[in-house]
Amino acid sequence: MGFFFEVLIGGLLSGVMYSLVAIGFVLIYKASGVFNFAQGSMVLFSALTFVSLLERHVPFWLAFGMTMLTMIALAWAVERFVLRPLVNRPPITLFMATLGLSYIVEGLAQAVWGAQVHGLELGISDEPFEFLGLLLSQFDLFAAGVAGALVLLLSFLFNKTRTGIELRAVADDQLAALSVGIKLQKLWLIVWAVAGFVGLVAGLLWGARLGVQFSLSLIVLKALPVLIIGGFTSIEGAIVGGLIVGASEKLAEVYIGPIIGGGIENWFPYVLATVFLLIRPTGLFGEQTIERV
Amino acid sequence: MIYRESGQFITSYRADNRLFKLHQDRFSFYALLAFAFIVVPFIGNDYWFSAVLIPFLVLSLAGLGLNLLTGYAGQLSLGSAAFMAVGAFAAYNFHLRIEGLPFLVSFFFGGITAAAVGVIFGLPSLRIKGFYLLVSTLAAQFFVQWALTNFAWFSHNSSSGVITAPPLIILGHDFSNPVGRYLLTLTIVVALGLIARSIVKSEIGRQWMAVRDMDTAASVIGISVSKAKLLAFGISSFFLGIAGSLWAFTYLGTVEPHGFDLTRSFQILFIIIIGGMGSISGNFIGAAFIVLLPILLSVISNHLLSGAIDAGQLENFQKIIFGALIIFFLIKEPNGLAKYWQTFRQRARVWPLRF
Repeated sequence: MGFFFEVLIGGLLSGVMYSLVAIGFVLIYKASGVFNFAQGSMVLFSALTFVSLLERHVPFWLAFGMTMLTMIALAWAVERFVLRPLVNRPPITLFMATLGLSYIVEGLAQAVWGAQVHGLELGISDEPFEFLGLLLSQFDLFAAGVAGALVLLLSFLFNKTRTGIELRAVADDQLAALSVGIKLQKLWLIVWAVAGFVGLVAGLLWGARLGVQFSLSLIVLKALPVLIIGGFTSIEGAIVGGLIVGASEKLAEVYIGPIIGGGIENWFPYVLATVFLLIRPTGLFGEQTIERV
Repeated sequence: MIYRESGQFITSYRADNRLFKLHQDRFSFYALLAFAFIVVPFIGNDYWFSAVLIPFLVLSLAGLGLNLLTGYAGQLSLGSAAFMAVGAFAAYNFHLRIEGLPFLVSFFFGGITAAAVGVIFGLPSLRIKGFYLLVSTLAAQFFVQWALTNFAWFSHNSSSGVITAPPLIILGHDFSNPVGRYLLTLTIVVALGLIARSIVKSEIGRQWMAVRDMDTAASVIGISVSKAKLLAFGISSFFLGIAGSLWAFTYLGTVEPHGFDLTRSFQILFIIIIGGMGSISGNFIGAAFIVLLPILLSVISNHLLSGAIDAGQLENFQKIIFGALIIFFLIKEPNGLAKYWQTFRQRARVWPLRF
């Protein structure tokens, strides 16, 4: 039984890491209705920029600030060159544009910083410690704490500030929001920059875990089922979805894996998400849409 | 006045149903076919057949398969490569396990198997819409790749999951040399292209487009949306399956499940975005683009920049260029390169006038 709980908690904690990537995604979807496939590349880009600056002996916080500036510049470029010309196009077009964007960002990141694996040390020990007879990783708990803080911060931003209300208006109907005088371009810049920030945080935590390398951009593939289970528009959903995906994939790997062959972690979340969707087609916290002709 | 259509009257339903209504179109199509079948085998060399023309044809067919699903029926899919893999491995196994099965029949069975798998993974589309559907196609992508790597049975117990194409002998002729492989691929692709063209012009195609444009409205006017969607998944996967077996047997000769990974699915998606969604000829233009661009880039870097850019950087630049092109096309020409061809035709029709 102890082993079961260890796997479960390990899974839940790694699920938190998925949630971190998913949150950046939810932000953008919520504010602009864009299904941002490039979130994974943004994680890669920010982490790579940060770690390369560190390796050039830039102090930690300065590197953080410079990376943030880069992400804001990226947000500006995305708004200016991708989103603005595509305003009011069907969502599928915007999705494919972000697919192109992810290619550009990945290519750019590697062209500038090289493709080798960088180690990243955040100064948080990964020593497991024992709690009630279970082995827990300190690092994972730290990540969970960061994710919790981010969620609090973002829900404050979305629910209490004027910008947050404007963001929600834009998410609801771009054209209507424009016509009541909301500055779409400013909001998109803000939201992509915030998504870049979330991506940076996610990239640092993932990078400290796996090393900063190309595979970071593939994390978007782990975040997708999380989003689908949680619903595209809910930050809380991203957390819950992350926990469900993290826990179930680890349990599946440990308990079902030996029966049908290892490596099922790759597809299990997707099958789970599909089954989930058959029951609730818009995810756990997704908004129900009414269809009219 | 190249495209003068005056005097060409349609007087029967049969004539109205022709693939190319204008005889100029018909003529250029036949001329193109004649060129591809008769002239190219004499003027092409082995490099062109093996590294350019065959992958171009196979990718066109794969694009065609995805275009039927995404461009015509409006169901987004990121699992195309998985259905190609199913086709390739199924055709291999049918050929291996059934004594004396003719080659083309095992291709066909490969396609049918892919279609069946496609319908299974398309089932969620009955309830799930839009982006949420990506999850089931990605499930197909990862599951199929995992299954093919994990169960050695599929690759006849080869240690690394690699399958090797048997000699391509059809009706006593050996098609294993580059020209033969090219002609075989060309024949299959042209035949399937014509079939696809007929499908989208038929009732099925019209239903797909109605579902794509607005499925609620489609069901209101009496179209069986679920039937149309499943049919789209099945037919699209059939085409992808055939493309997969051609990829394995006529292009590469040996193939492993990793050859059909997510990158391949993206590549096929890019073909239809760049070439043109909801267009048959767009797939060929898009595939030509995707195949030729990397070659062009490496030629440029080798000759003009005398190899100053190393291979890794070249790949990065290629990625950036692809990404930029996709965004460019989505902004400037959402209907892809095929639209330029249509514009040109329109211009040629009224030439020398402008409108």
